[in-house]
Amino acid sequence: MSFLPPLLEPILYLAAFGAGLSVLIGTVEFRGKTVSYASFIAPALLAINMMYNSFFENTYGSFVRMYYQKTFDAMLATPLSLEEVIAGEMAWGATKSLIATVLMQAVVSLFGLIQYPEGLLILPLSLLGGIAFASLGMVFTAEMSHIEMFNLPIFLLISPMFLFGGTFFPLEALPPWAAKIAWAFPLTHLVELTRWCALGSLDAGLIWNFLYLVAFSCLFFPLAIWRMKRRLIK
Amino acid sequence: MGRKEEAVVEAFHLRKTFGDLVAVEDVSFCVMKGECFGLLGPNGAGKTSTIRMLYGFSPLSGGTLKVFGMDIEKDWRSIRARIGVCQQENSLDPDLSVEENLQVFARYFDIPLSEAKKRARELLRFVGLDGKREAKVSQLSGGMMRRLVLARSLVNSPELLILDEPTTGLDPQSRHQVWERLEALKLQGISIILTTHYMEEASRLCDRLLIMDHGRVLAEGTPSDLIREHVGKEVLEVGNPPDGLKVLIREKGLEHEDLGHRLIVYTDSAQKVFETLGKHLGEGSCLLRMATLEDVFLKLTGRELRE
Repeated sequence: MSFLPPLLEPILYLAAFGAGLSVLIGTVEFRGKTVSYASFIAPALLAINMMYNSFFENTYGSFVRMYYQKTFDAMLATPLSLEEVIAGEMAWGATKSLIATVLMQAVVSLFGLIQYPEGLLILPLSLLGGIAFASLGMVFTAEMSHIEMFNLPIFLLISPMFLFGGTFFPLEALPPWAAKIAWAFPLTHLVELTRWCALGSLDAGLIWNFLYLVAFSCLFFPLAIWRMKRRLIK
Repeated sequence: MGRKEEAVVEAFHLRKTFGDLVAVEDVSFCVMKGECFGLLGPNGAGKTSTIRMLYGFSPLSGGTLKVFGMDIEKDWRSIRARIGVCQQENSLDPDLSVEENLQVFARYFDIPLSEAKKRARELLRFVGLDGKREAKVSQLSGGMMRRLVLARSLVNSPELLILDEPTTGLDPQSRHQVWERLEALKLQGISIILTTHYMEEASRLCDRLLIMDHGRVLAEGTPSDLIREHVGKEVLEVGNPPDGLKVLIREKGLEHEDLGHRLIVYTDSAQKVFETLGKHLGEGSCLLRMATLEDVFLKLTGRELRE
């Protein structure tokens, strides 16, 4: 059931934006390339899908397991450490991102919007993006006292990234100061990497986007474990 | 007891603080192999905090704790592999079926899946849930869930079973079911540590027990020793005692508690008490009964409500 959205969502988005807006927009010109609007947003939809699946799994999903179902308490009576339990939660968040990406990419590919073989790189990329957003979500889970408080990071962080992370229009359309802020978002880098893999044109500059996500994960993954230990070990 | 005495748990001067709050001040005890040991105390006495230190969930704030002769701080992983824990709160996974709950839990102990399946079936039979193998946890009654948690805590064939209020909130039928299972486990030679505030449960199951309050040990011993030592053999309860009776009891120095509308006299010889008090007993109800663990508990921990 939880993997039905990645199958249906791209069809809805592509119908609304691809077919609807394409009439108005036609093609997008950016970084010296001209691409159809549908192939511009399709990779962004994939990247957003990675973010949603891992972030929501390790916020709402993990919070329910931790707070309501007491699953972690039960696991901590077995030879597992809290570090292992939390790392496992985030690994599952990243795995969910991969599964959702496989499903959505299959649908999007039917429309001929992904170039292969470069497009195959999107699969390992979904694990990296998944770990980044899983870790971010887990940090919030460690800090939130109530499940409704997740509205805050969603409203202040996830939604702005969804709208302004180079997803539905090129960052060049933003005023320079706003573009600078957008480059601080992890989603912007994930969209960038996914887009160039989908368009089938890779260049050396992408290494910086990749390194950003690696650094982001290396920071937030241990941070999540540390904050969860502070919360749960009493 | 004939068999060689071997300590499963050795706890010395355990201490647990949460910021300024002292949950466990100073608790020491030993649990011997094959023994059922009870931790009794009112709410907030520090029972659960003590239990949580026992299985390495909470780090100690002070003292030393050895389980199976190993240090809990260092060897928690090998200790946890050999114990089963039945926590107070229901922590079953509602997304999984009854059988899957056991199988998944067995995997945390690195028990191979085929072995886990076999073990799950045996345990479901043991707790009388064979018929519910495919059921979702949410379809179980409170008593069934408790039995499933008990089955889950046995999945690694533990040598020591730790039970935190195993029957709280259960109806009498379910409670007796759980007691019967625990008695069967005792016969198999499993050591058990149990917290409870049901005195009947403690008298029935525990070989030895400890009564604690405010993070300290108040008394320790076998149920019968504790009753003899702190209360005596018999208890005389007098309803609506006349004032003359209260004065007389104080004069004679009889051990008693005056609850206002009710007077409780502890004694080793009811006959002597009757001879002494005779006609002063008045018109109110008068009940002579055997002393119980509950008398000991209330005498040691007081009668005020705990929040």
